[in-house]
Amino acid sequence: MEKDSVLEMRGIYKSFYSVKALQNVDFTLREGEIHALMGENGAGKSTLIKVLTGVYAKDDGQVFLKGHEGPINIKSPEEAQKAGISTVYQEITLCPNLTVAENMYIGRSKGVITKWHQMNASANRILESLGIPAKAEQQLGSCSIAVQQMVAIARAVDMECKVLILDEPTSSLDESEVAKLFRLMLDLKARGVGIIFVTHFLDQVYEVCDRITVLRDGQLVGEYAIENLPRVELVSKMLGKELDDLSEIKSGDEEQKISNEIVYDAEGLSSIAARSPFNFSIHKGEVNGFTGLLGSGRSECVRAIFGADKVTGGTEHMNGKGVRISKPRDAMKHGIGYLPEDRKRDGIVGDLSVRDNIILALQVLEGFFGPISRAKAEKFADEYIKLLDIKTASTDTPIKSLSGGNQQKVILARWLLTNPQYLILDEPTRGIDIGTKIEIQKLVLKLAGEGKSVTFISSEIDEMLRTCSRLIVMRDGKQVGELSGGDLTQTKVMSTIAGGAK
Amino acid sequence: MKKVLLSLLVLILSVSAVFAQGAAEASGADNGLIRVGIINNDPNESGYRTANDADLKRVFNEENGYDASFYYSLRNDEQIAAAQLFIQDGVDYLLLSAAGTAGWDSVLQDAYDAGIYVILFDRTVDADPSLYVAEVVSDTNLQGQTAVDWLASQNLDEYNIIHIQGVMGSSAQIGRTTALDEMVANNDNWNLVTQQTAEWNAETAQQITQAVIDSGEPFNVIYAENDDMARGAVAALDRANISHGVGGDVIIMGFDCNKWALEELLAGRWNYDGQANPFQADTIDGIIRNLENSIDPESKTIYLVEQGFDATTITQEDVDKYGI
Amino acid sequence: MTMAKTGEAGLVKAGGIFRRQIFIPIAALLALILFNLITDPSFFAINYSLNSAGDPVLSGYLITILDNASELAILAIGMTLVTAASGGQDISVGAAIAISGSVVLRVLCGDNPRPDEMQASILTAFLISCVVSMLFGAFNGALVAYFNIQPMIATLILYTAGRSIAAWINNNRLPIISDPSFGYFGSFLPGIPIPTPIFIAIICMIIIALVLKFTTLGLYTQAVGINPNSAKLNGINPSFIKFITYVIMGLCVAVAGFIKVTRFSTINYSVVALDIEMDAILAVALGGNALSGGKFSMASSILGAYVIQFLTTTLFKFNVSSSALPAYKAVVVIILVVLSAPTVREKLGKLWKNLQHARLGKEAA
Repeated sequence: MEKDSVLEMRGIYKSFYSVKALQNVDFTLREGEIHALMGENGAGKSTLIKVLTGVYAKDDGQVFLKGHEGPINIKSPEEAQKAGISTVYQEITLCPNLTVAENMYIGRSKGVITKWHQMNASANRILESLGIPAKAEQQLGSCSIAVQQMVAIARAVDMECKVLILDEPTSSLDESEVAKLFRLMLDLKARGVGIIFVTHFLDQVYEVCDRITVLRDGQLVGEYAIENLPRVELVSKMLGKELDDLSEIKSGDEEQKISNEIVYDAEGLSSIAARSPFNFSIHKGEVNGFTGLLGSGRSECVRAIFGADKVTGGTEHMNGKGVRISKPRDAMKHGIGYLPEDRKRDGIVGDLSVRDNIILALQVLEGFFGPISRAKAEKFADEYIKLLDIKTASTDTPIKSLSGGNQQKVILARWLLTNPQYLILDEPTRGIDIGTKIEIQKLVLKLAGEGKSVTFISSEIDEMLRTCSRLIVMRDGKQVGELSGGDLTQTKVMSTIAGGAK
Repeated sequence: MKKVLLSLLVLILSVSAVFAQGAAEASGADNGLIRVGIINNDPNESGYRTANDADLKRVFNEENGYDASFYYSLRNDEQIAAAQLFIQDGVDYLLLSAAGTAGWDSVLQDAYDAGIYVILFDRTVDADPSLYVAEVVSDTNLQGQTAVDWLASQNLDEYNIIHIQGVMGSSAQIGRTTALDEMVANNDNWNLVTQQTAEWNAETAQQITQAVIDSGEPFNVIYAENDDMARGAVAALDRANISHGVGGDVIIMGFDCNKWALEELLAGRWNYDGQANPFQADTIDGIIRNLENSIDPESKTIYLVEQGFDATTITQEDVDKYGI
Repeated sequence: MTMAKTGEAGLVKAGGIFRRQIFIPIAALLALILFNLITDPSFFAINYSLNSAGDPVLSGYLITILDNASELAILAIGMTLVTAASGGQDISVGAAIAISGSVVLRVLCGDNPRPDEMQASILTAFLISCVVSMLFGAFNGALVAYFNIQPMIATLILYTAGRSIAAWINNNRLPIISDPSFGYFGSFLPGIPIPTPIFIAIICMIIIALVLKFTTLGLYTQAVGINPNSAKLNGINPSFIKFITYVIMGLCVAVAGFIKVTRFSTINYSVVALDIEMDAILAVALGGNALSGGKFSMASSILGAYVIQFLTTTLFKFNVSSSALPAYKAVVVIILVVLSAPTVREKLGKLWKNLQHARLGKEAA
């Protein structure tokens, strides 16, 4: 083991049945270093982390940890924690019905007796020092997803870890929260903690990381110091091919062909979630988007359009005709599709097969007495698995065992199968790898080219700029601007989001 | 959520109370009537209990000089709470058929201290006998003995018995089983083909009997510890075309003297039915009348007279009089 | 890793049997059959004889099992759907059976508990009891689906009050039907040697199979049970689906209750179908279905019901001491439930694979 390293993994192998998830992977983490672990979905990042934290048993290889003689064998997450390896996962793994303090200390008390007062006090101290806007006695479920994520990090930080693994911690945080997190990471780094940072945001990697390890198809591509690896090279290493410039997805000169025909419009629409009434319309073949910070009300608006929350007022038209959309089924009947923001909570039906997940929306449209035959469903599933290049063992595989990006593609397939005239995509690229992100963006533009209308929401502004021809900017639940044409620049969008104060 | 649960609980209680005709029914003012509080099991529990309740209502009413309040529950703790209410209410007599035997000491002590006479009926409790004046109960051992003696009097060469028991540990089961077990142990020509509990359930009894029939083992007596189970056993026999009753291959014995069971006897399809006398009201009435005249009961434990009916001697009058 | 690819795939497939849901009830059934075959092969004998009414009947342990499992199999259908959609169980089915049975008798008897002839046709009585049972099912369903009360707590109301309601329906009297045609449904139809309840159960199974094939009930209940949010956003009304499963449960209860009362032409409110809800839940669990809802296999649940009756009859046959009977049942149940746990099955699958590897290795050597 090298002198300054806190963790070394050597020749790690892991396979699931016939799938070789990791083959001869090495990984070294040094003291006081932020180390990005990069790779597309299915590259083996998650598997490597799960081997390290004892969730999976490795088939072969050795793990060395500073302060331990010889290789150690971590058999459970609990052992990993005891050895000083803490993990914050992408999906929140805390208990929403317990308080913040309970979540921070759950499973950690040494005795049987818990001193509530003491626990709350020390939890409040930590929360304060990290600038997390939560109180120890508050129920975790009442906090926003971002705050919940930060509590998870606070929990890990407080466990005096030597190795901190952050698995996609920023995917649900807005910028100021990300900045806070980075301050925290740098602080920990100064204290000598080794941090493994898994993310899809390239900007963030280049902002805080010292070193990058790239995996592809379960194999190690290489380890690089950040200054020696320009972005384009990183992306090409992850994809295993030279990448045409991302910005070329939408070529500037070729204007989207948008007809004057209005497909959908709403006037004074409001719901129990989107309280202030808003106007909205979309043309045939148009891609527009809602943008704004997390919690600005962009998702609430599209949910109101789809009838996902109880609609409280407003008038709606489809193709010029007055319609009433009070529940998702109404929207679906009028040819609207909606890919929800939270894939795990609202999108996938985890235990059901990929096939059933794909046909679900179409099946509902066909009605209770018109079940789609097995053969037909199989045909649809195969068709879309091929079309969207969904990586799954079979159509029978439960969707929950797919990677995030592939799950998202299945949900996308579900709506494409209904052949909607208007498709709402709320954060379709969140938490998925860069290759899939590009595929989805391309698909959006292709759909628009076919004359479909798409509303696209993303936290990544450049993604929106690449795809949308019109952006509706939201702040604090209200529409504060609409940008199109020459106004579609990063700075203009940012300043509109930030508002007049700047 | 708590609110929902609470209102739910209230709903459950009120629903069950309404259908169990629960909550003490109006207690009148002092007008020379003898005030009695009667705590009984739910009359829906069985035909026996229904008859028992009807009998009590027949005797303890204003016509007979009583101001009676009834409370029904199958749960011991609810019964104890009701007893405390009756004591606070200052009844003259507390009549009690306890759901469970334990936990009655302190409440009976309270009654004693308040000068309230306690008379146990039908079921006894684990408490110091000085705390109650009398218990009017069935002698289930005698019920069993009467039945077994009758069976012995049939003088069969060999007794191969299917013994279907009630809920294990209940006093009726213990009493009715004991006598038979003793007889089987002491006589070589008495055998138990099977001895299993059907928990008073006709269908289970049918399955137990069916299992014996399917196995092909010979048997000539069905000793079921209540009428329902005897009925279940008979259903299995009918399916297999095995004759039963008077002149049949298999002797059918039941207990409780349900009216329909006595009719089976009268029709000769069953052979014997043992009484479990639910008519305790007159005896209790007698004890109270004596106590009012300061005459203590002759003994603490008063057994009801219970007989067994034989299909060859039963009459329509018996059916009408003893059927419940 | 040196093995031929086809062999490998075949082995994985064979090991996969252990992960199939229906494996548990089938394995349990095979174990029971094997046990009986070894101890007493005559267990499987079926006799042909005449009953006391002079009609030909089949008898034997197997017939007894099929006959007596009928109610349980029917209830397992409803319980499976309720479990899948609402992630909880209906514990009121025993009490609800008392109600439905009581309604049948009340309609047939009118005001006289011992009528010489029936006051209505059997079909009328059955249909009325179906309506009443479905109303009670709707009551349970409404509490669960629209008031979001946990199923076990919601159905506790009917569990508590049901038997009293059943007694109240008949004014607390004991109705007995003397017309033999009523008893046909619980025993034999004249001239047909197979017990009628078996036919009724088969009809119910065919109906549910058709419903699952020609409607989307299966997909909807599973989607709702796994992820109600997602189901809602796909245009399904999760509350209504939950509600409807309880109404279907009510219908199953009505059929089971009808069989129960026709077996003896009478009813005992306090003990009829006592604890049958536990057996029905057990059937669902034995079928390898998660009691927390979601994916289900109807065939496995129904098979689970027959396994339970097979076990009960086996224990009766072996004359297991009466007081020890529940203990034996409990032990067997523990074994079966442990076997049905996914982790155990995963291990079994691996063990099987290893054994096969070893055997093939030996053959090769």
